[in-house]
Amino acid sequence: MSAILLLVLGLGGMAFGYFVYSRFIAKVIYKVDEKFRTPSEEYEDGVDFVPTNKFVLWGHHFTSVAGAAPIVGPAIAVIWGWLPAFLWVTIGTIFFAGIHDFGAIWASVRNKAKSIGTLTGEVVGTRARSIFTIVIFLVLLMVNAVFGVVIAKLLINNPGSVVPVWGAIAVALVIGQLIYRAKLSLPLVSLLGVGALYFLIYIGPSVPVSLPETIGPVSDNAAWILILFGYAAIASLLPVWVLLQPRDYINGLQLFVGLIALYAAVLIGNPTVVAPMINFGVPEGTPSMIPLLFVTIACGAISGFHGLVASGTTSKQLRRETDARFVGYFGATGEGALALAAIIAATAGFASLSDWQAVYSSFGQGGVLAFVNGGAAILSQGTGLDAEVAGTMLTVMAALFAGTTMDTGLRLQRYIFQEWGEIYSVKWMAKPAPATLLSVGTCLLLAFGAGGADGSGGLLIWPLFGTTNQLLAGLTLLVVTVMLVRRGSPTRYTLIPLVFLLAMTLFALLLQLKGFYETGDWFLLGLDLVVLVAAILVTLECVSSLRRVKQEQAQTDAA
Amino acid sequence: MKETLSRLKYWYRRASAAGAEYYNAPYRAAIARAQRDEDDLFMLLVFGEMMGLPNPASWYTLELQPLLLERFHDWHTRMGMERSPLDGVRCC
Repeated sequence: MSAILLLVLGLGGMAFGYFVYSRFIAKVIYKVDEKFRTPSEEYEDGVDFVPTNKFVLWGHHFTSVAGAAPIVGPAIAVIWGWLPAFLWVTIGTIFFAGIHDFGAIWASVRNKAKSIGTLTGEVVGTRARSIFTIVIFLVLLMVNAVFGVVIAKLLINNPGSVVPVWGAIAVALVIGQLIYRAKLSLPLVSLLGVGALYFLIYIGPSVPVSLPETIGPVSDNAAWILILFGYAAIASLLPVWVLLQPRDYINGLQLFVGLIALYAAVLIGNPTVVAPMINFGVPEGTPSMIPLLFVTIACGAISGFHGLVASGTTSKQLRRETDARFVGYFGATGEGALALAAIIAATAGFASLSDWQAVYSSFGQGGVLAFVNGGAAILSQGTGLDAEVAGTMLTVMAALFAGTTMDTGLRLQRYIFQEWGEIYSVKWMAKPAPATLLSVGTCLLLAFGAGGADGSGGLLIWPLFGTTNQLLAGLTLLVVTVMLVRRGSPTRYTLIPLVFLLAMTLFALLLQLKGFYETGDWFLLGLDLVVLVAAILVTLECVSSLRRVKQEQAQTDAA
Repeated sequence: MKETLSRLKYWYRRASAAGAEYYNAPYRAAIARAQRDEDDLFMLLVFGEMMGLPNPASWYTLELQPLLLERFHDWHTRMGMERSPLDGVRCC
């Protein structure tokens, strides 16, 4: 099987989704109107509500939603063979993610750009809103704990990436100063920044940095996790212009360069997909493909996290309602393209099937490392780049994305603690520093509580992240569906994905619950139970709110 | 040639503007809010001073006086004044 064929089929399907299906959805289902006065125009204040160019907004939306998850998920899920992952990413992007992200922006724009949490309270009910807060908190907790482990593993496996990964922070700090204090022109600074980053990537392999295997009582893995959380805590407390803003910007540029390079390398080198189409001989301990495939690949197919960004900031900056199709649907398509690149790298970047099987020897073993190693092989084969430098480039790409998501995740978690502090009049919790310490503390508790002294509890809970995230997506789809029922628009295009997602999530949670009980993993069992209760409540909310709205509709029609 | 050059300049300006917007869009709100907070504080101090309201900063900075005195001394010597120009502040 040629990787080019996979690439063309995948991108072709997504192009069909954007040019044909999304047009239909925009016209018939969401009925977007160019003349509708968007909140960005109505409430323009130069702070939150600012009408923004749709291409710029797409870039912002895409880079905000693209973290390490569209790489981690697909690179783990190819253990069931390339076909299931490929089909779920392609079909998921076209019929699930696009509709979800587009719908989240549309629903928010039609409701004064309110966030999806607030909308859930208004459209569905206050109970659903309480579940929403718990689900968001759990998602953030898991994202931070998972990404800490992912970056630590990357740094240990590729010591050459340590200098560029940490050097990127210095580059971002300098860029921020050059733009805000020295007032240098942005194109020049961007060029300097990207140049400096790639120079660090180039020299990285010649100055490898490894921590000793044990530092006092902790392993190198645990030490990296502690260092990373220390860094993330400081970064989340700094003013955004100092580090976060320039860091995200440089990351965004690097993502575009990396994706283009990877796709070009596939087209030039035409590597062969060595992984089986469907892997019938999965390693022992691998969970059942149905339903785990649909929760393992969340970002890249459908992800609830996108709804938070779509309704949080994107909707406040949308210039015209019709732009929602480009920003939301095409944003999801961009993420699908990243997931497709991860699938190709993790299946076609190996010399033979036995090499691939050696990496995928147990569930969760592939992951980002398979993406980095496979992708590096494809890059060096296609472009002639030194294999070590190519590996460092992809490691830096994955690590930086996970890093920025961690910074933002911790900041958001801190906001939740501060909000709770204000609601329940716990004064100390409402302050930034204690709230940050609490956020870091809960993440570390999860990382070390579930994973032991190694601190890799984050990766163990990855399937739980998938289910929690899908629940969030379910809630967003529920809000959109209820709105569609009220408007008298066809609902099956959002209802079918909603029912499918909830069914797979519940199924996965029950299977995992059984597994955790059998292995006596009480920590994960407890966490699973929390998510399961939330999932059941969401399902009940779905049924009751849809029935209520339909009844209201029938009464209005009868009158 | 001249036309091509001006077209290039136009595209460069547009790309630069789009780049600046891409850079700012995600954090525009946070930075604008921080700026607004600073402006609000400044407004409070200036108007308070103007209307004869006691400046809360003087009360809060009382504790910092030992530290500030040194800096104040550096400042007035740098400005070419050998002795403190303010009657109330005797640093040397």
